[in-house]
Amino acid sequence: MSAAAPSVPVPPAASAQPLPPNPDPILNQPVTPALVKKHGLLPDEFAVITRTLGRDPTLTELGIFSVMWSEHCSYKNTRLLLKGFPTEKRGPTERFGRVLVRAGEENAGIIDVGEGWAIAFKIESHNHPSALEPFEGAATGVGGIIRDIFTMGARPALLTNSLRFGELSSPATKRLLRGVVSGIAHYGNCVGVPTVAGDVYFDRSYEGNPLVNALCLGTLRHDQIRRGRATGVGNPVYYVGAATGRDGLGGAAFASRELSAESSAERAAVQKGDPFMEKLLIEACLEMMAVPGLVVGIQDMGAAGLTCSTCETASRGGAGIEIELDRVPQRETGMNSYEIMLSESQERMLVIVQRGRELEIEGIFRKWDLHAANIGTVTATGRMVVRQHGVVVADIPAPALTDEAPLYRREGREAPGAAALRAWSPAQLPDLDRRAAQAALPRLLAHPTIASKRWIYRQYDHMVQHGTVVLPGSDAGVVRLRLGDRDRFIAISNDCNGRYCYLNPHRGALIAMAECLRNLACAGARPLAMTDNLNFGNPYKPENFYQLQECVRGLAEACRHFDIPVVGGNVSLYNESPEGAIDPTPTVAVVGLIEDERHITRQFASAPDQQLVLLGGVPAELGGSQFLGLIHGLKTGDAPAVDLGAEQRLQELVLSEIAAGRVGAAHDLSEGGLLVAVSEMLFAPDRTLGARLDLVALGGSRQDALLFGESQGRVILAVRAADVPAVLAAAAAADTPAQAMGAVTGDGTLAVRTARFEAAWPVADLRRGWETSIEEAMRRPGLET
Amino acid sequence: MNVAVVQFPGSNCDQDAFQLFARGLHLPTRYLWHKDTGLGDADLVVLPGGFSYGDYLRCGAIARFSPVMAAIREFASAGGLVFGICNGFQILCEAGLLPGALIRNASLEYRCLTCELRVEASTEAFHPGSLGAAVRLPIGHGEGNYRIDEAGLARLEANRQVLFRYAQNPNGSLGDIAGIRNERANVFGLMPHPDRAFERFHPSQDGVAVARAVLAARFPEMLRRTG
Repeated sequence: MSAAAPSVPVPPAASAQPLPPNPDPILNQPVTPALVKKHGLLPDEFAVITRTLGRDPTLTELGIFSVMWSEHCSYKNTRLLLKGFPTEKRGPTERFGRVLVRAGEENAGIIDVGEGWAIAFKIESHNHPSALEPFEGAATGVGGIIRDIFTMGARPALLTNSLRFGELSSPATKRLLRGVVSGIAHYGNCVGVPTVAGDVYFDRSYEGNPLVNALCLGTLRHDQIRRGRATGVGNPVYYVGAATGRDGLGGAAFASRELSAESSAERAAVQKGDPFMEKLLIEACLEMMAVPGLVVGIQDMGAAGLTCSTCETASRGGAGIEIELDRVPQRETGMNSYEIMLSESQERMLVIVQRGRELEIEGIFRKWDLHAANIGTVTATGRMVVRQHGVVVADIPAPALTDEAPLYRREGREAPGAAALRAWSPAQLPDLDRRAAQAALPRLLAHPTIASKRWIYRQYDHMVQHGTVVLPGSDAGVVRLRLGDRDRFIAISNDCNGRYCYLNPHRGALIAMAECLRNLACAGARPLAMTDNLNFGNPYKPENFYQLQECVRGLAEACRHFDIPVVGGNVSLYNESPEGAIDPTPTVAVVGLIEDERHITRQFASAPDQQLVLLGGVPAELGGSQFLGLIHGLKTGDAPAVDLGAEQRLQELVLSEIAAGRVGAAHDLSEGGLLVAVSEMLFAPDRTLGARLDLVALGGSRQDALLFGESQGRVILAVRAADVPAVLAAAAAADTPAQAMGAVTGDGTLAVRTARFEAAWPVADLRRGWETSIEEAMRRPGLET
Repeated sequence: MNVAVVQFPGSNCDQDAFQLFARGLHLPTRYLWHKDTGLGDADLVVLPGGFSYGDYLRCGAIARFSPVMAAIREFASAGGLVFGICNGFQILCEAGLLPGALIRNASLEYRCLTCELRVEASTEAFHPGSLGAAVRLPIGHGEGNYRIDEAGLARLEANRQVLFRYAQNPNGSLGDIAGIRNERANVFGLMPHPDRAFERFHPSQDGVAVARAVLAARFPEMLRRTG
């Protein structure tokens, strides 16, 4: 997020005199209204630019303003909304949980995890590049978020991702899925950061506009925190890493427009990644940052490349920066100032070094066989001045590009017909009989949204750095961080059900947070902080902006309720294809701490004598469920109800039962409802168990809602028979409904009795469909899997 | 007994291998830099996993020209112990210190999972009698498909140079081969990762016994150690 840092008073424009001619004659053409429009700037915005400069901008300057004032860099349509997020924790933070770097201050937020150690983490999207070039788009998304983390001084320790695609039956989706997964694998595997968790949904609304959100978390000591600030007049500005090419030209501006049929002609706006270069950069930069006093400020060149890193560091530092483009390493000949300033070539960093210590940084980069080029200096002018061949090609007050970027509050209005969709009632649908129930469960388990994601995560190195404790496939990923000579266990989960957000954006956002926290509780973790990725359609359309503001309101409300600070995130708008906007998808990722290693809990039942206890009630809700979508072809009804108070009591109960040593396994109820959740508990990596459930006492007016409804605030625990009374008593004390509903068996059958019928399934058959569904869809003739 | 772990540009399991020996086996362990020309007091040199030089051109094809490789070649020819894990195994094949080559997995995809490995009777330590009939180790590679010509394979088998075979082949390797040694039994290469199987929370702790089996080729007392 853009800086909210101390801004300096903007000096008046140096002169109203035009700049000298650019060395490249192409760039001397007059800036016409057509060119302004082509750069995605409004006439009013252009007027602000001329007023700020005291003259018309050059074409290079126009390009600089266009990327810095794009949604991607400026958050101009969302910044006012995001102010509603809590950025600090209210509760006690003596031992851990204090926010050390807040959202919006720097490239990533930082949270204290105790004893002088901290974690930095953030999620970021690469949706538009991945739609066009899934492999490179996803790969560079991973590369970019890793740079955001190590630029803070942290060593990257884990990755997760959140992906959304159209229906897997479509050949286009298969191509995108294969490309995105292999791109993430290519980059993450090579840099050696494990990909430990993720969430993936398949839904028509993402057809042609997939979502690729990647998260990175790193570890550091408090005294290693580095800032993206240019301070100290006369300090040299270094450019380190890969040379600049024409790839990714204007990527940030490109990501702030809707995808259209012509978008495929914009391939040049998608960057190419080199994970090997990134690995060397990580090591060289961390080595450099470990030297006391050597680095004054550091920032990666991500969106808007050299432009963004220079003006943001200058603006945050309350200083100016002057650079000479001739000294920028270039991999192509004849690049002009517009191209160099807007290139989004990957694996590049800007470093402000303490004057007089140039040889030290150059020596470190030489050791890693990397370039460190001195391209300029920090000045006192507050301006970003760019020269090429000694000629000034851009001269702009730095804050004009950052803090003073335009801010808008768009008009939000709910789409007509939304209320009618919510008012839909299942009364008109026939309820389930035995045969229909028998057929529905295997179909739900094999639906790619619910099915095992093994085909995906076995392509990711999820074990490198030898700290992964709970492997992908359980409710949350758990990783051991080795901090000094101590082990710390953290859990991470990301979530968002876009279907709920489409039906009821406010509730959908509450559910995203509640479910994420429930996943952490099931792993035995208490939440520390959250990062979010807001994926929405074009904000200029009132029905899209309405979804955005309602989802943000919901996230902020949930964060305040659970006392979870937001430490940063990303906004991706214009997620539309010719068929319309995507379902609103405010993806949230929460990191939690597991204080006692013995409390690490998985979702898999482990012994034939375990009893299954359902925590939370059984309201007859069917709206927005996978069951409705898959069996009846409907995306209707209201999203399930949410009671944040009941959620919190439930989560506290799960955590206290885990701490009491009574929980063998815990699993959250989500997509697919009760029977899907029980099935998943039986699919342990090393064996297949059975279960016998008696749901007669649960009643329920509708069998479909009982078995497959997606009511919130529910968890199943697997506990020893002797512990059932204690668990039920604890639930009663916590004012949480609880019901012993059956036992794990060794017979390999899932048998269910309801008030209306009995049904049974061989678990091995259920498992086969669940485990191989995506693999089968992605099978390539003639190749082994 | 001193262990040295080589760091190439792009090595990313160097810390994993380091900790396997330092924390898993409690041995003095240090790093060697790829530009080093001597190995110091190392009794065992470990080439760790990763993507040396980005695996550009071919896995291990560039790393074999690193200055440290000349010293390692000399060390091995004098009977010194060398152990390549994953990318380290690929480098040893490219350097000619082990026979054969590792090509793309038959699936054309990277694979990360835990494999059951059948233990072959290769040395006194790599033997079902010492390690048990099977061990479980994670793999993480895109190019672990072992290939060798017919005569070479016949020689490997005749000399009992195969250390492990996959119970379920994850990559298309010839003869399900997961790891081999040289004829002289002082150079070892494995695609699976013992360096991901030693902490109490790992899917198995068999990595410790496997690392010890490598050391036992020169230091037989390792076989009798239990700690």
